[in-house]
Amino acid sequence: MVLPALVMFVVFGVVPLVGVLALSFTEWDGLGPIHPAGLSNWRSVLSDPTLLHSILVTFEIMILSWAVQTPISLLLGTFLAGRQRYRAFLAVLYFIPLLLSSAAIAITYKALLDPNFGLGPGLHLDFLTQDWLGQSNLAVGVVVFIVSWQFIPFHSLIYQGGVRQIPTTMYEAASIDGAGRVRQFFSITVPQLKYTIITSSTLMVVGSLTFFDLIFVLTAGGPGDATRVLALDMYKRGFMSNQMGPASVIAVFLVLLGLALALLLRRLGGSTTASQQEGA
Amino acid sequence: MASGTTTATRSTSTATRPARGGPVRAHKLLQLNWFGGAAGWVWLGIVLIPLYWIVVTSFKDQGDYFTQNPFALPTAPTAENYRLVIESDFPRYFANSVIVTAGTIIPAVAISFMAAYAIIRGAGSRFLAGVNGLFLMGLAIPLQATIIPVYLLIIRMHLYDSLLALILPSVAFSIPLSVLVLTNFIRDVPKELFESMRVDGATEWDMLRKLALPLTRPALVTVSIYNGLAVWNGFLLPLILTQSPDKRTLPLALWTFQGQYSVNVPAVLASVVLTTLPIVLLYAIGRRQLLSGLTAGFSR
Repeated sequence: MVLPALVMFVVFGVVPLVGVLALSFTEWDGLGPIHPAGLSNWRSVLSDPTLLHSILVTFEIMILSWAVQTPISLLLGTFLAGRQRYRAFLAVLYFIPLLLSSAAIAITYKALLDPNFGLGPGLHLDFLTQDWLGQSNLAVGVVVFIVSWQFIPFHSLIYQGGVRQIPTTMYEAASIDGAGRVRQFFSITVPQLKYTIITSSTLMVVGSLTFFDLIFVLTAGGPGDATRVLALDMYKRGFMSNQMGPASVIAVFLVLLGLALALLLRRLGGSTTASQQEGA
Repeated sequence: MASGTTTATRSTSTATRPARGGPVRAHKLLQLNWFGGAAGWVWLGIVLIPLYWIVVTSFKDQGDYFTQNPFALPTAPTAENYRLVIESDFPRYFANSVIVTAGTIIPAVAISFMAAYAIIRGAGSRFLAGVNGLFLMGLAIPLQATIIPVYLLIIRMHLYDSLLALILPSVAFSIPLSVLVLTNFIRDVPKELFESMRVDGATEWDMLRKLALPLTRPALVTVSIYNGLAVWNGFLLPLILTQSPDKRTLPLALWTFQGQYSVNVPAVLASVVLTTLPIVLLYAIGRRQLLSGLTAGFSR
């Protein structure tokens, strides 16, 4: 019974995964015949400063969006864990951004942040009237903001589920000992959620490697190369410059990065799993 | 469910501590969290302001858009933008998206369910454990990174520029998460139920259909919605694997429409509203399933 899923996943998942490594040693323009090229793609990509730049931008966006999303999601998740009706209602509304496609979101924010006709000039607010997508630092900030806008609701819900699994007795014992709410949050909620934090962080970090659609529609990697993350670098080399070999090298980097990050986070989680399960 | 909790809070926390304070009660001590409350309302604003702006602007004509306060209601609401969008072939793109989404989630969920069932029932089998490990690895790998070989594969299968070219890789990409969530749920079905059915002479297929299927229905709905969203909103596969306008799905159509009418922001926003509306309607119907299934799937 496992076979149909296995076959599909092998053909369109595992074979391409191996294929991407194979293609990184070939020369192919995407249409014509494929020629072996030895190590030349690797040599040219590794000596190309855009690679390092793309990796740095990828990490910058990954780390910033993690650092913005995690505390807010934790806070909102704890808040949503209360069972009052209005909180359930808020959760329903929070979720809406997740229903929109990244393309739709990018198009919306492009119009919203337009320096001439966007929200800033429309409301005569100077701090909102900036060339948001035309300046490197601002553009990176905008990407991080939009990613947070889109995904914080999702992570809040994960934390909501986690908080609801924390036994009440822990909070009762803490309040008998005179611990206040803030203290309870940091001494009970956060440590008890360690495993949930790892799950959510893994999803955030690995997910950030695939912010292709959003950035492609929003800035197409610009201004200059300011938001050219690895996924975009791969697309541009492969499908715009028709150099599938070098693009495959970038893809190999993406795969390795995803695996390495997932394993790293798993290791971080490993030591805490046992105690968490004991508690829950 | 929520009624009565407010008044009960104080008394229970001072009374004798309940021996088994189940997770259900966690909320009682989480009330009056004013900081979280403030954050909750601020976040609501952050979520709703852009959405409100999209909707009001989509009903404005261009004159109003350039001169009016962005949050003001249109002086003369117009459906002209929507007419333009619909006349720009959006019904066809909509149909394409429906075909690709349904064509993906039905087989994807079916084969993932079978795989999850086999993995749980065959616990102990080295082969199945290996297969499960393979699927789990798929979660850690950004599958978009495999797009170039997928593109090559699709060309060699002579499927380039067809809707099937979008469906096949989408099915494969949905498997890892679906299997993960579904195995979590099938694992919760008591083993005794399987045993008693087997004693009555049921085959594995009978058990899958009559026992596992009904008991995991909420999970199946969740997984379907979740994958459906990902496919409906997918952008990279249509961008790379199709070419002709009549094969476009909605996100790609949005992007090209925006390229064509970039000056006409109200029309562009009307296209955003139209492509999102069906999802929002489905969400209004199925949200309980989605939200509860989501937390159950990930918060373990």
